Amino acid sequence: MNESFIDLADVTVRFGGADNPQATLALDRTNLRIAQGDFVALVGPSGCGKSTILKLVGGLLSPSSGGVIVNSREVGGPARPRIGLAFQNPTMLPWLTIRDNIMMPLKIVEPFRQHYRAKKKGEYAARADALLAQVGLSGLGDKRPWQLSGGMLQRASLCRALIHEPQLLLLDEPFGALDQFTREELWAILQTLWLEQKPTVLLVTHDLREAAYLANRICVMSARPGRILEERHVDFARPRSIELSYAPECAELVQALRMRIAEARSDMASGAVPTLPVKPVPSIDIVKEAA
Amino acid sequence: MKLALTTRQRQRMLSAFAIVAMFVIWELICVAFNISGLVLPRPSAVFAVLFEKMPLLWPHAVQTLYTTVTGFALGVLAGILIGLVIGSSRFAYDVAYPLLVGFSSIPKVAVVPIFVVWFGAGTVPAVLTSMVICMFPVVVNVATGLAHTEPELQDVLKVLGARKLDVLWNVGLPRALPYLFASLKIAITLAFVGTVLSETVAANKGIGNVMMIASGNFDVPLVFAGLFILAAMGVALYVVSSMIEQRVTGWATRGNEVVIT
Repeated sequence: MNESFIDLADVTVRFGGADNPQATLALDRTNLRIAQGDFVALVGPSGCGKSTILKLVGGLLSPSSGGVIVNSREVGGPARPRIGLAFQNPTMLPWLTIRDNIMMPLKIVEPFRQHYRAKKKGEYAARADALLAQVGLSGLGDKRPWQLSGGMLQRASLCRALIHEPQLLLLDEPFGALDQFTREELWAILQTLWLEQKPTVLLVTHDLREAAYLANRICVMSARPGRILEERHVDFARPRSIELSYAPECAELVQALRMRIAEARSDMASGAVPTLPVKPVPSIDIVKEAA
Repeated sequence: MKLALTTRQRQRMLSAFAIVAMFVIWELICVAFNISGLVLPRPSAVFAVLFEKMPLLWPHAVQTLYTTVTGFALGVLAGILIGLVIGSSRFAYDVAYPLLVGFSSIPKVAVVPIFVVWFGAGTVPAVLTSMVICMFPVVVNVATGLAHTEPELQDVLKVLGARKLDVLWNVGLPRALPYLFASLKIAITLAFVGTVLSETVAANKGIGNVMMIASGNFDVPLVFAGLFILAAMGVALYVVSSMIEQRVTGWATRGNEVVIT
């Protein structure tokens, strides 16, 4: 743990301007360190800033104060780590085949970018097909996104997030819109892929069983402004089976997490929060809650 | 699939029938009410004039087509460029939009005399008028299409370290294509309006000019012959642009595709 891959130090994020009294404090002096190759899940009440942390780490957002360091570099600089990102919404491009959609990162990220023209028909396509086979979509590379179901698209979205072998995988409720069985199947697939590639994973989720099954470490966040209230290490042996997520020891963990979040929510209800949440315009959280 | 094809064929046949029926009814009305050829010539008379005077009309038709296509091409090109700039930057959008709305609300008839003063009568003002008139729908649609790129998709690319140009090329442009083609179909008909407008005001060639002179001579069948030519050319160019649209943006109108699950 001494060499942390991600290091958020006293990070504060304020939406709506520094001097604005109506501004929303999304994160308040948050600290979070994640070691290379770790699998961390962020859980907490809605709107607590989970997605904000994800965006900070991905360099999509800069902190109002504090420092975000990924791979021993300040985020936002020219040398960025290789990052994969998947949302609840699969966001496939309708004019490309599934295979071309998945190969999109190779078209953009160096060093794949410079060989893209030469290898897109051969090596890269083979790589995409191999990944597709791993998530149970073999032979569907030539289909268009609208020909697949939501669960299939989400699998493809996972492939797109992983094809460039990212050092860091950011997942923002990737399985939120799926049915129970598909979700559990994808948990297992994600675990397998993680064990193979060993990227550092930051998973934002509302599903406590998902967190307990997948993560090495679960961070519980407080209501807005978000702070990390508690960290739990999950030391179930890998690879974990889906049955484990129904076993008593897992249920116990989930129950404990649930209690902690319920507490955090009641803190919010009793008025411990300095400002009422004002809509932060660029936040994805809001969209999801409305849905 | 077989059923879909027959409905489509039936649709086509009905469309053709509607066109023929319109001419037949027109002809019948003219005969039944004994309408003077000076007010509303019978379609048969118009077609007769069309055939008879074709050698004379042909160069004018070519001139009008040439002017329109040139103006259309220039207008679309300018429209795409301006639309790209405006659509890819929020700042440019906010700054330029009021200006664009102002320009586009000027009646284009009013612009023709200015072009004539600047460039003299003839082809140039006609090309410019049709360019100006068909530019705005393209600008607005391209800008709208670019602005409609999903923020989540942009995030996926930005996290990868994509440059602005990467996002534009891989996501923005294809996303804007259906909007562009929707506007092309409007723009091509508007381009004809622009050309004919300018030809009727200041030109010595072109169908607009022919119609102007013919109406001065009370040669109403010839006026209608000019109208027919314009309509035919308009339809032809519309068909061409929608055929290109089908090829390029088939993904946006997937309609009856079979879904595999």
